Amino acid sequence: MTTATDTSATAHDDHHHGPEKGLMRWIKTTNHKDIGSLYMWFAFTMLLVGGAFAMGIRAELLQPGLQLMEPQFFNQLTTMHGLIMVFGAIMPAFVGLGNWLIPMMVGAPDMALPRMNNWSFWILPFAGGILLSTFFMEGGAPAFGWTFYAPLSTTFAPDSTDFFIFAVHLLGFSSIMGAINIIATVLNMRAPEMKLMDMPLFVWTWLITSFLLIGAMPVLAGAVTMMLTDRNFGTAFFDATGGGDPVMFQHIFWFFGHPEVYIMILPAFGVVSHIIPTFARKPLFGYSSMVYATASIAFLSYIVWAHHMFLTGMPVAGELYFMYATMLIAVPTGVKVFNWVSTMWRGSMTFEAPMLWAISFVFLFTIGGFSGLMLGIAPADIQYHDTYFVVAHFHYVLVTGALWSIIAATFYWLPKWTGKMYNEKLAKVHFWWAVISVNVLFFPQHFLGLAGMPRRIPDYSLQFADFNFISSIGGFAFGASFILLTYIVIDCIRNGKPASARPWEGAKGLEWTLEPKAQYHSFNTPPSRKLIEAESQNS
Amino acid sequence: MKKLVVAFGLLLNFNVFAEYGLNMTEGVTSLSHDIYGLHMMVFWVSVVIAIVVFGAMFYSLYMHRQSKGAVAANFHESTKAELVWTIVPIIILIGMAVPASKVLIDLEDTTKAEMTIKITGHQWKWQYDYPKEGISFISNLSQDSRDAVNGTDADRENADNYLLNVDKRLVLPVDTSIRFLITSNDVIHNWWVSDFGVKQDANPGFINDAWAKIDKIGTYRGQCAELCGKDHGFMPIVVDVVSKADYKKWVSKQQAAAAAAVASANETWSKADLMAKGKTIYNANCAACHKANGSGMPPVFPAMKGSVIVNGPAAKHINIVLHGKGAMPTFKMLGDSDLAAVMTYERNAFGNTGSVVQPSDVKSAR
Repeated sequence: MTTATDTSATAHDDHHHGPEKGLMRWIKTTNHKDIGSLYMWFAFTMLLVGGAFAMGIRAELLQPGLQLMEPQFFNQLTTMHGLIMVFGAIMPAFVGLGNWLIPMMVGAPDMALPRMNNWSFWILPFAGGILLSTFFMEGGAPAFGWTFYAPLSTTFAPDSTDFFIFAVHLLGFSSIMGAINIIATVLNMRAPEMKLMDMPLFVWTWLITSFLLIGAMPVLAGAVTMMLTDRNFGTAFFDATGGGDPVMFQHIFWFFGHPEVYIMILPAFGVVSHIIPTFARKPLFGYSSMVYATASIAFLSYIVWAHHMFLTGMPVAGELYFMYATMLIAVPTGVKVFNWVSTMWRGSMTFEAPMLWAISFVFLFTIGGFSGLMLGIAPADIQYHDTYFVVAHFHYVLVTGALWSIIAATFYWLPKWTGKMYNEKLAKVHFWWAVISVNVLFFPQHFLGLAGMPRRIPDYSLQFADFNFISSIGGFAFGASFILLTYIVIDCIRNGKPASARPWEGAKGLEWTLEPKAQYHSFNTPPSRKLIEAESQNS
Repeated sequence: MKKLVVAFGLLLNFNVFAEYGLNMTEGVTSLSHDIYGLHMMVFWVSVVIAIVVFGAMFYSLYMHRQSKGAVAANFHESTKAELVWTIVPIIILIGMAVPASKVLIDLEDTTKAEMTIKITGHQWKWQYDYPKEGISFISNLSQDSRDAVNGTDADRENADNYLLNVDKRLVLPVDTSIRFLITSNDVIHNWWVSDFGVKQDANPGFINDAWAKIDKIGTYRGQCAELCGKDHGFMPIVVDVVSKADYKKWVSKQQAAAAAAVASANETWSKADLMAKGKTIYNANCAACHKANGSGMPPVFPAMKGSVIVNGPAAKHINIVLHGKGAMPTFKMLGDSDLAAVMTYERNAFGNTGSVVQPSDVKSAR
């Protein structure tokens, strides 16, 4: 309770309270902004942990020969790097952004299910803790890759795998609850005057992503449950000697795994669709086609899973179907890229940090899209499959795609979250540092893959030495860039200059109508139709 | 740093590109040529699209900036444009899908094979069977590579084709349509020789097939391409493609050697002979987990040194080696004399004091 409430005898007294003090604020909070911040800090911590694993991997691959670690530990690092980055960093970061932004963008006071919101966050540190604790168990952490193909992950896996299964279950609960909350918020808490086609694209992409989560995560839960019973209770889902089929594991995994890929990129599309119009000072081109393209990608993501499995011995008819369906995804994705470029066209652009990240997202994500198209051609995939070409491809879409959009969003909305401005000069230095080093890191991996270097190997023959060396140097530089990012964000929170309510000249959206630092409870009264129309992306 | 400078220097010189392996191999089969053709087609289509899209974007980034006095227009939709950039990509995709489908159907058609090779993946080696010719052998990473992994840079440079060499190569005839039947004994592996355009998962309990007709005599190398555990990076593939006449010679030589091995299994061997042969087999097959000095990697891979089993009755030892136990795979694909030798070695090296195992002991235990 602030003293202000005592003196003002107005009707909104009851709502005008601030957060609790101290640690209990964060444990008990049901506020979407607090929970959003918790998610973001958790994701950032996991990003650093997963990044540390990546540094270990690149250090081992710096030169031929086993320099630093045993092959088994190397496999533990690649496995945990993937799991932590996907489930600990990228997904929670997007849920954090969704938590912070969606209520403000739809003119709601908070998320629809605030207590569940608290629970879905607080599961995460325990799930992450269990996952990381496997490193200290007998036999070591899971070492079968983040895709955990059976039977390497069942019959041949270390005992710690059961802890991994439990952690995946917890992460799944958390994601499903987060998704339910977002759907409920968007559909029930949206300002009464806001139609669906008034919603900003970040809200649209998250709404669609939520349906992907609700559809995909239970399938993953099913896969790990079957693993659990295969390992401990004598079933043989994935064991041919008992009438099962190890390839069935891959079907189930990728039926989750492919939508998962889009879970990690659709919200990124949303973020970029906010930033580019702002700094081009021009409305988003093709708002409705962006919505339809997002929905098409989401639909297609459910019917292309076996393109990860062209070499498992599928019948030729299956391969043909999955190749055609996969190639189709290029169409709506292309529409998005064309719309972003058309938004820039004849705008009046400036290049503050969020815009730099967004433009480099469009450029680098599209490169990842091209290599994705190449991988989709089933016969050519024979040569690309499980090589560094694949590693390069998915790091271009996930690092310079998903992660890039998260960093862009952080700079873009940081003034709204903190009421303060970050140091633009440092942010630009950081951008160029990161964007150069990330390309030195990942671009040579295309060449390594085409020349025939398989992924997930701790040592390689000598013809791969030079590109691995370059890649590792890029990796270390990219890793170090996060020290600067940490400094910029903390410096902004502590010493940033006060920001205005709408710090970006061309920015549109209900969130910018709030106080410079968004008040603890936003939109206690829903915004008017007039305000919604004025701030709509679909103008 | 010197390496870095050299490597960047090389990027400027296109002729050196090939040596450094910047692009996919064209290979030596009709399929690998087709795959390479598809790869280059999609690549160039992507390059053209990239030039158009990124060209427009960078033009806009340069021209339409506030610092150059650009004033923002206000257009924000065009159904015509959306239709164009939906339909044009679909047409381009169909243009790519047609040739891709043809190649795909061709490479899945294994009916024209003249001979068959069965390939079995094991953690972490390949087994090759010539069912008709009655030849079967195991192919392991060669010893000099194995030693160089933890050695010096010079060791790796001196090793013959570091990590891409084996102790016993697969031998195939040139200009012959060969069907590969690929399976696994434990986890999923993947048999990949990029020059053949053959890469196929080896699934335990199932058999996949692929085919190749190799145009050119030579030595071709590949690697396992599916994470299969600890030594996934250390199970290479080497194929010698020889003339049909040489292939016939090789087959009869192998058949004679196989017959000799069977005969030798009926003899009683001296301990010294068993120990000498056993050491080679141990280093190739057992040392990855139990270590060359017998210290193992507890708790998963127990030490040989002082082990209760290798110092105890031979029957139990033979049973585990033949049938496996937990993480220990079966080794029944090795011959009787090989197994007798390796067990004798395990029972008497590293300060152990077990009994001698004769090939006849193994034979009767099978």
